[in-house]
Amino acid sequence: MSAHASHAPKRSGIADWLTTVDHKKIGILYLIAGGIFFLAGGLEALLIRLQLMYPELQVVGAKTFNELITMHGTTMIFLAAMPVIFALMNAIVPLQIGARDVAFPFVNALGFWLFFFGGVLINTSWFLGGAPDAGWTSYATLALNQYSGFGIDFYVLGLQIAGLGTLIGGINFLVTIINMRAPGMTFMRMPLFTWASFVTSGLILFAFPAITVGLVLLMFDRLFGAAFFNPDAGGNVVIWQHLFWIFGHPEVYILILPAFGIISEVVSTFSRKRLFGYSSMVFATALIGFLGFMVWAHHMFTTGMGPIANTLFGLATMLIAVPTGIKIFNWLLTMWGGQIRFPTANLFAVGFIPTFTIGGMTGVMLAVPPADYQYHDSYFVVAHFHYVIVGGLVFGLFAGLYYWWPKMFGKMLNETLGKWNFWTFFIGFHLTFFPQHFLGLMGMPRRVFTYLAGQGLELGNFISTIGVFGMTIGTILFLVNAYVSAKSSKRAPADPWDGRTLEWSIPSPPPEYNFAQTPLVRGLDALWVEKMAGNKGMTYAEPLGSIHMPNGSFLPFIMSLGLFIAGYGFMYHNYVVVGIGMVITFGCMLMRSLKDDPGYHIEPDEIEEKGVKA
Amino acid sequence: MKSWQQSWRQLFLFGLLALTLSGCGMRELSALQPQGPVAAMQFDLMKLSASIMIGVFIVVMLILTYVLIRYRKRPGQEGIPKQVEGSHTLEIIWTVIPFLLLIVMAVPTVTTGFTLGKEYNKDEALQVRVTAHQFWWEFEYPDLGVSTAQDLVLPVNQKVQFTLTSADVMHAFWIPALGGKIDTNPGLENKMWLQADRTGVFYGKCAELCGASHALMDFKVDVLEQDEFAAWAEKMKGVQSAEPAAPASANAVQGQQIFEKSCLGCHAVAGKGGKLGPNLTNFADRQRVAGIMPNDAEHLAKWLRDPQKEKPGNNMPNLNLSEDQINSLVEYMSTLKVQEIKR
Amino acid sequence: MATHHVNAVLPDEPEKATLEGKNKILGFWLFLGGETVLFGSLFATFIALRDQTNGGPTSQQLFDMPLVALATLLLLTSSLTSVFAVLALHKKDLKKMQAWMTVTVILGLGFLALEIYEFMHYVHMGHKMTSGAFGSAFYTLVGFHGAHVAFGILWILTVQLQTVKKGLTVVTAPKFYVASLYWHFIDVVWVFIFTVVYLMGMIGGKVG
Repeated sequence: MSAHASHAPKRSGIADWLTTVDHKKIGILYLIAGGIFFLAGGLEALLIRLQLMYPELQVVGAKTFNELITMHGTTMIFLAAMPVIFALMNAIVPLQIGARDVAFPFVNALGFWLFFFGGVLINTSWFLGGAPDAGWTSYATLALNQYSGFGIDFYVLGLQIAGLGTLIGGINFLVTIINMRAPGMTFMRMPLFTWASFVTSGLILFAFPAITVGLVLLMFDRLFGAAFFNPDAGGNVVIWQHLFWIFGHPEVYILILPAFGIISEVVSTFSRKRLFGYSSMVFATALIGFLGFMVWAHHMFTTGMGPIANTLFGLATMLIAVPTGIKIFNWLLTMWGGQIRFPTANLFAVGFIPTFTIGGMTGVMLAVPPADYQYHDSYFVVAHFHYVIVGGLVFGLFAGLYYWWPKMFGKMLNETLGKWNFWTFFIGFHLTFFPQHFLGLMGMPRRVFTYLAGQGLELGNFISTIGVFGMTIGTILFLVNAYVSAKSSKRAPADPWDGRTLEWSIPSPPPEYNFAQTPLVRGLDALWVEKMAGNKGMTYAEPLGSIHMPNGSFLPFIMSLGLFIAGYGFMYHNYVVVGIGMVITFGCMLMRSLKDDPGYHIEPDEIEEKGVKA
Repeated sequence: MKSWQQSWRQLFLFGLLALTLSGCGMRELSALQPQGPVAAMQFDLMKLSASIMIGVFIVVMLILTYVLIRYRKRPGQEGIPKQVEGSHTLEIIWTVIPFLLLIVMAVPTVTTGFTLGKEYNKDEALQVRVTAHQFWWEFEYPDLGVSTAQDLVLPVNQKVQFTLTSADVMHAFWIPALGGKIDTNPGLENKMWLQADRTGVFYGKCAELCGASHALMDFKVDVLEQDEFAAWAEKMKGVQSAEPAAPASANAVQGQQIFEKSCLGCHAVAGKGGKLGPNLTNFADRQRVAGIMPNDAEHLAKWLRDPQKEKPGNNMPNLNLSEDQINSLVEYMSTLKVQEIKR
Repeated sequence: MATHHVNAVLPDEPEKATLEGKNKILGFWLFLGGETVLFGSLFATFIALRDQTNGGPTSQQLFDMPLVALATLLLLTSSLTSVFAVLALHKKDLKKMQAWMTVTVILGLGFLALEIYEFMHYVHMGHKMTSGAFGSAFYTLVGFHGAHVAFGILWILTVQLQTVKKGLTVVTAPKFYVASLYWHFIDVVWVFIFTVVYLMGMIGGKVG
């Protein structure tokens, strides 16, 4: 085989980024794209809160408000949170298991571009006749043609494209983690972030097809006159809710498990202790993932399923509190007896613990169906899921970004700015969302574009809006920090935090082949084991040799572009455009199948050269 | 570390302040001030689960605070902390205790769940049929032969069995002070019962996103003494079957003509007229125009001038009425009374 | 073993000889797991809506059992022939493998032709995507399966063509293997469609 392999023409600049199949670069692409969508979703949130600052305001109209909440939810979940999770998974998981690459570099790139074009497609709705306005849950019949605008078509098609990208991304990580681990890296030696990524990928695999079906059915109803959700023609509106939440509830764990993983790494590193109760942490992660599929109907207690179904789903939901509690106490005990340092990464991790605990507590409260009849679709729920997703996931992502930034970019983030970032964001967050619990109980439904004066809802809403400014400042400080770090000339060391896992055993940023020699793993916290044994670095499982790498390719980009074009064709009922898009996509698939990628080799002398430089 | 704790304390104080300033919301609206047995049972469950959870939270915070103070890295600290693998005893403790706490919660969850899930027949409870529309509420009392809209009139201290559906999209029927909500699904029927323990007005809301004016889909619940309710129902029934009395003033007569020409197609009065919009038989008795504005001449006129401005996306078109026409209509509509309700 | 005219250095079980091949097969199994959820959701939807004919013809009035049984026979046989193809692959007998794969494709095409005929027949009888919830659910579930069959045929043809040029190697062998996995999956799904849609539809009445 090696006779065929040759150096591909090295691409540079934009062409390099459009064609890259390097998981580290794809991680950065995910981070940038996810970051941009995060800013868009944040701007939408800001407008939402401005509209609700005082009663009966007219900052934006009723219809625009519904578009804003729909796009805020959709963007934050699908286009901001998931991609940033994928950014960290891409950047870190292969390094943590001692792999040179992911299992399917090409598919990995394809997954990114599908997500990217899906996200862009949804957002173009703002300029093409109005954004989707039926909420991120897009319940039928409100989401049918008779009751809502053209925007829902963007939601339906964009999410299908982006969801496909996420699905193949999930498969890629499952196979990577199962098949690509370095010698000695048994399942029960994997770092917890890798474990979390593994379980999350499994959830993606089994959850995303359900929403795909839901979206397809909705698309058929909207575009081709099918009658799935149309009660006048025998359809049933509740089917959408089931399909949506069979996906939607696992999605919550898809989001939060990686945060659990990040917190486990960060807390352990900055306490200088191994994770307390590692096996039970792994078990809890898997159990949460499993239970996540059993409880979807707790989003539907008020749909009218009857007391038996409600009670069963309620009790099953409560059970999730047990493994989650195990995690919280294990983190506390990891810190117990340690030497805790407080760089920004750990501030976010420590801030995560009480915040997420509150979110989990309200989660258990919501699991009580009779009480949920009061909470459901009120601001109490809004407060709950923001405590979980912002106070849980976003705090976790910030912790992860501050922690792994040097590994991803080879530069440190500024700690002073980081602390300001943490405190403004943390205080702003609680100010925004804590009062919302009470607003909900005091009778404020969610998704209202305004509220009447004199119903006792003024103060809570005002405080909530003030809090948003804190979160806005925090986010801006993070951007400033990233900019300052990019401009600085100081290089990050390979192991700035006294790390414990494999990614800290290689230079920051890692060379394209990650590991010049595949490491030999001799225990949990592989690098720490070597440090304690008095070794300078890892021992290796192989001699220095020639390394085979895959070539970059334009195909993932073009293939995704084809679906993007076909999406517009569907929406505008222009089947020529659909045809063109499909021909592009299937043509690329055909080319990929027919033309083998011989890849290229990096020879030992090159490796040593680079090794010296780094 | 000081600043950390201080911020927490400040935050806590601020939250407490916010809470005390606003109390527990309005008695007419808040789920925290239950005015009937259903809301009371739900409030009890909230209190139980919240206390357990706050207890857990306090334990977590105590450990966290201790750990953060006691085990922070001190300058010049040497050596490597003991690398503890875990502790089976501790892990069993924090698996079993939460489990027991959940059982404490689970028992009342099950019993209350089935109590609230009961369905009462017409001998046991007043039957009310609710149909939600974009963006108003239709109420029918099938056993009394009465229909109305926007203001739900109920007798005090009597169970009310609701049967709920929707004419267009999903809505959710919610009277927080009386009890939790249930969805109204097009093509399907849901059941729920409630009861009010005192007379007065309570605020109802739509809790499921249903279009542009979801936020404005409010309604009112008028709870009357039982004899008053019976009298009200009797009068409503009488009006619905009989020819309405001719209005007194000439202006109002003109208003009636305009109404019959332009409004009756969608709005019924006294058993005549369409069902696309709210029944207006007892319009002048109602608390609000369109569920949101005070029911007086000024606001009714405002509504008639441009319904889309007051409630975006609703199904009532702008009729382009002249000021004179509006004036006559307002005067006519102020005569649509059935019974003066004492408040 | 009859290996004379094939690449002599080809290892046993060539589809699993390289890490790429192993990754591909594992990844594909996982993908089929996701596809199971996809079809599971479609089945659940169909079962919920199958009596909602909205005044259109019911399943008892529509279904023509001999035709469906023939289609089932074709598809089940094609699954068997694809097994023969993989057996030939393990014996490194390229010619035999290509021959069995060709038979598989022809049987698949026969199935598709019957299905298209069947759909046209139903549309003629007033059973359409737009005629009611039953129609929507039927065409979506069965159509999704049909689209899978069509894609599978194109896929197998692509792999066959490139193997003519490249021969049986550690690169092409996993492709064959994975395509045959896919084909079996389609077949299993059809068994469920035959049972849930057609058989249950024939006994019909208000079961669900």
